[in-house]
Amino acid sequence: MASTAAERAQARLAYGLVAPATFLILIIYIVPIAVVIGMSLTDYTLISDYYEFTGLENYTRMLDEEPFRNALWNTFVYAAFLMPLAFGLGLVIAIAIQERQQFRSILEVLYFLPVTATLTAMALVWAALMDSRQGVLNGTLELVGIPGLNWLGSEALVLFSLAIISLWALIGFNMVLFLAGLTAIPKSLYDAAAIDGADGAIDKFLKVTWPMLGPTAMFVAVTNSITAFKIFDTVAVLTQGGPNRASEVYLYLAYLEGFEYFNMGYSAALSLVFLAIIFAFALLQALVIDRKVHY
Amino acid sequence: MAELSLTDIRKSFGDTEVLKGISLTVADGEFVSLVGQSGCGKSTLLRIIAGLEAPDAGEIVIDGQPVNDLPPKMRNIAMVFQDYALYPHMSVAENLAMPLIMARLPLGARLPLMRLVSPRHKAERPGIMADVEKVAAQLRIDHLLDRRPAQLSGGQRQRVALGRALVRDPKLFLMDEPLSNLDAKLRVQVRKDIAELHDSSGLTFVYVTHDQTEAMTMSTRVALMQSGTFLQVGTPNALYTQPERLDVARFIGSPEINNLPGEAIAGRVHLAGRPLDLQVPVDGPIQIGIRPEALAVADAPGLIFPAELDRGHLTELPFKKRLLEDLGPELVLHGSFSHFPDVDIRIRAQKSSKFRLDGPTASRTDLDVLVDPDMILVFDAQGERLTTTSRMQPVEGVA
Repeated sequence: MASTAAERAQARLAYGLVAPATFLILIIYIVPIAVVIGMSLTDYTLISDYYEFTGLENYTRMLDEEPFRNALWNTFVYAAFLMPLAFGLGLVIAIAIQERQQFRSILEVLYFLPVTATLTAMALVWAALMDSRQGVLNGTLELVGIPGLNWLGSEALVLFSLAIISLWALIGFNMVLFLAGLTAIPKSLYDAAAIDGADGAIDKFLKVTWPMLGPTAMFVAVTNSITAFKIFDTVAVLTQGGPNRASEVYLYLAYLEGFEYFNMGYSAALSLVFLAIIFAFALLQALVIDRKVHY
Repeated sequence: MAELSLTDIRKSFGDTEVLKGISLTVADGEFVSLVGQSGCGKSTLLRIIAGLEAPDAGEIVIDGQPVNDLPPKMRNIAMVFQDYALYPHMSVAENLAMPLIMARLPLGARLPLMRLVSPRHKAERPGIMADVEKVAAQLRIDHLLDRRPAQLSGGQRQRVALGRALVRDPKLFLMDEPLSNLDAKLRVQVRKDIAELHDSSGLTFVYVTHDQTEAMTMSTRVALMQSGTFLQVGTPNALYTQPERLDVARFIGSPEINNLPGEAIAGRVHLAGRPLDLQVPVDGPIQIGIRPEALAVADAPGLIFPAELDRGHLTELPFKKRLLEDLGPELVLHGSFSHFPDVDIRIRAQKSSKFRLDGPTASRTDLDVLVDPDMILVFDAQGERLTTTSRMQPVEGVA
């Protein structure tokens, strides 16, 4: 193929320009993932330089291990409690704020504030609130005659307590997304609906608000599910997986295996399975949202 | 069939008074346009008629029934919006069916998935779809019923919006700038469609627009609004030929009316120091309005001027031409009179077949322009119209 000097210079310039970004993507994303994939096929530990290639043993081990199933189950229970509430409350608050004329921006800031706070630090505040003897929550419950609960110390309750903390941090985020979606709905659609007869709250919601929020709702649901599966910091700070491994969630297990038990190979395999789960959610979002956005 | 009557409608948003006591009666079958610049309150008035906005004071009566306290759906009105306001997630058929579903099905049968189980839904569905198809056929959108609004062109969306308004068999048709999102060519087409719809349906129409051409071409009457009040309400012809104020004369008509300062001395109108054959009941400074087609160019072969120009008592003024716009069948000359170099003047003239752009008429810049006093509108210094009389005969106005 004959190419002129100008074309070759052009090509050199093009490669030169994309080289820095390519290099960064390689060393920040591609190489670490490749290393983790490689590591997951070995029995590498942090305490020894010696390791052997073990094939898929780390992955088959997962299926047999009770801690893996326990962590997966805990994460699902936590997510199943958190996601509908974060979605529903975020939507209700967004609609309520949207209808307001006064104090709207103040309310928006108040609800969004937890999103900006450092959850690790705020977890300590929640630990104080949820303290079984001196906590404000139990104090309030006892005032109205309900016996106090052992929020973070009970096996039955700990996942819900963690979900409440995450809920507090997540609602503001969802609210802002829903508010953006609500603001984008043309006002004339509500006018047209009112003239067509859909002027009640239920009809307005079903005929206009909800269908128009479809893409936003899908986005919120998917990002929430990813956030829910990524729970780690509150567990690490407040419960360390306890009591009796009742709050040992997926990423905390991966952390324990890697950095407490030094099984880096197994931990790497856990991380990759987690990556696959998140990827499945992202794929779902891409496929469904693209099809749902018809306007 | 409906008559609409508004009495002393007032509305303020905060400290801004948007409507300052509007009264209007629209007879059954009439097509009334509310015209005015943006911010004059015309859309607010329409929304008040629709019930989307509540007036601070005043009464709205549709067909003899006060509707102030009725929600929009109970007023038996239809409305077409500027952005069409079609439901983007519904097909055309569903959009058209929406008002019927809301009117004929109870809440229980309208809930999601109830269409599969509700007996009421099953019973009403065929009737609703039959009505939808009838309206779709009438508007020639029956081949689009399965599409979604995003797959339609602007003109098709407009027709779906019309269909959704028509399908419920309204008494009163309200339109809020329905043509402003269409391109110029389509606008003419839809203008015709709407006029035909008005003729064939016999419904009462209230139409809001900022475009005086739309108002003039479609309406039986035009209500010109400014700052929350009506400047003048009348037939398009009355607004054009007998404007009660200079503001009206300036808003109606394109190109805009020419506006020159004049003077009344002993009741006689003077323009550029020359007495015209025209009497007014005041003395002092006055404002003279001359429609672009009421001016004629002297010695202009190839141009045709109205036969009514009475050669007998014309006043001739020197004119400097700056620009010639060729509009096809007619020309617009832009320039100014030598006496008023700062006032832009527009002259509109029909071309005859002999007219040539390189001919003597088009190439000259210094022209003599004839002013016919019978075709002049005279306003006082505040812009109120003055009655004029000619020396020879009383002039009722301009034909």
